[in-house]
Amino acid sequence: MRARTKGYWWYLAPSLVLFLAVIVAPFLMNVATSFTRWSGVGTPRWVGLDNYTRLLDDERFWQSFQHNVGLIVAMAIVPTALGLLLAAVLFDYIGRRFGARTAAALRATYYLPQVLPVAVAGVVWGWMLHPSYGAVNQIFGLKLDWLGDPDLALATVMAVMVWFQLGYPVVIFMAGLQRVDPALHEAAEIDGASWWRRFWHITIPQIRPETFVVLLTCTIAALKVFGPIYVLTRGGPGNATMVPSYFSYLSFFQKSNVGYGSAIATVLALIIIVVTFLFLRVQERES
Amino acid sequence: MRAGPGRWAVLAALVVLAAVMLFPFLIVAVNAVKSPAEYGAEGPLSLPGELYLQGIADFWKRVDFGAKLWNSLVISGSVAVLAVVLSVLNAYALGIGRVRGRLWILVLFLVGNTLPQEALAYPLYYLSKEVGLYDSKVSVIIVFTAIQAAFGTYLLSAVLGQFPREILEAAAIDGAGRFRALWRIVVPISRPTINVLLIFFFIWTWNEFFLPLIFLISNDNQTVPVALGVLQGEKYMDATMSSASALLGIVPAVAFFLIFQRTLTRGVTVGAVK
Repeated sequence: MRARTKGYWWYLAPSLVLFLAVIVAPFLMNVATSFTRWSGVGTPRWVGLDNYTRLLDDERFWQSFQHNVGLIVAMAIVPTALGLLLAAVLFDYIGRRFGARTAAALRATYYLPQVLPVAVAGVVWGWMLHPSYGAVNQIFGLKLDWLGDPDLALATVMAVMVWFQLGYPVVIFMAGLQRVDPALHEAAEIDGASWWRRFWHITIPQIRPETFVVLLTCTIAALKVFGPIYVLTRGGPGNATMVPSYFSYLSFFQKSNVGYGSAIATVLALIIIVVTFLFLRVQERES
Repeated sequence: MRAGPGRWAVLAALVVLAAVMLFPFLIVAVNAVKSPAEYGAEGPLSLPGELYLQGIADFWKRVDFGAKLWNSLVISGSVAVLAVVLSVLNAYALGIGRVRGRLWILVLFLVGNTLPQEALAYPLYYLSKEVGLYDSKVSVIIVFTAIQAAFGTYLLSAVLGQFPREILEAAAIDGAGRFRALWRIVVPISRPTINVLLIFFFIWTWNEFFLPLIFLISNDNQTVPVALGVLQGEKYMDATMSSASALLGIVPAVAFFLIFQRTLTRGVTVGAVK
């Protein structure tokens, strides 16, 4: 048996070399750099856990993770909850009463923002939210500085991300609903169960696997978010929309504080790895 | 099926939501073809009195948008092809060859794919300068080939794990070597999944922002999202030119969506729940 599988290693070789050079080695270098003070030129100076203890005292660091929680709400929780409802309504209400084509057209419309590069979505909204000439203020007759007001900026970015993200769960859930045995719904309907009861007791339990996957992949995406922050607010005003990825980017390339940036990136990576393992465990258990 | 008046209310609510989702696309398109004078007088909500294409043309020339499109096309196309080739080779060894320790290799690839790019960015930036690849399309192609292939390997290994063994055994009896079996049998039969991966890698790479922003600093190398993202807030970007730039970012993305729609909707679900 071993002799038979041995020759297959050659097929893995190119990727393993590439993977080592592009992902494994840089990641380990990043972890190593996080224990040093380094401006990017010259020799890094070993400082042990200094960067990490400084992080724990750094208000911006804690704020950036709090903002991440907000973005998880906007990119994972709200789209999942809303997506479940929309998918169920499209699938077994609109689909049955107005035809599958109507449901498919609505689904495609909800999905459309997802096809944009997230930076382009940022450009679109940056323009629409402009305080003096933007369309949003014109429509509501307001004069708000949506992205420039520290009290509003995070909520505004969150709203943009809901718009951007919503279509993904809708598409996944509608595909998942096709697995659900229609006999379940028919039996419940004959027993007089209302649409809401069927939604709650049949639809939601039946598409649990999809719900897990969507929640976790979207959570990872929210933890990594960079493009919209860069384009819309650059972490500002002040630190009102600072997130870990942008914070590390600033430390690397603008503050020449590479060790500190590496520490932030390492913490972020650890959190994401934990979430990924959670994802693998759940997927394993479900299948 | 009973048809109460309530169903129209439900449909109306969903249509309103659809209008909200579409609104940014429409208003960008409307204002991209409006003259600055008209925008100044009427604001963003009016329909343009005449078709004004100068804003788009000016922006196109100013940023040499054709070159940005070409850069994005070259980078995304190369990554898609290279990453698919690597994914197929890996998945052949893992899914069909069942090499020892394959589970760990898969976990390694998956973790590698999920790692935040921030945790690779500075070392990659440093290394690329050391080997003289900084600010080149090649550097971005190499990095994204590795990242996308990691995901492709994960997905394709699962698919090839179910590959009908009898076909391969029959081929072996006919004297086909391993590479021949891969090229002549496994690849053609797995074509649908491979196509999904090709399209996804292309679009994902097209949409990338963070690493291209770091690696492609010169104007000649920038991709579409990087060029548009960086230009936000430039002095000469007035209201109509901003909407023209947004439209130029939207058009290719929506075009890909329309061209690849069928494969995409199939693929989104393949990717999430295998």
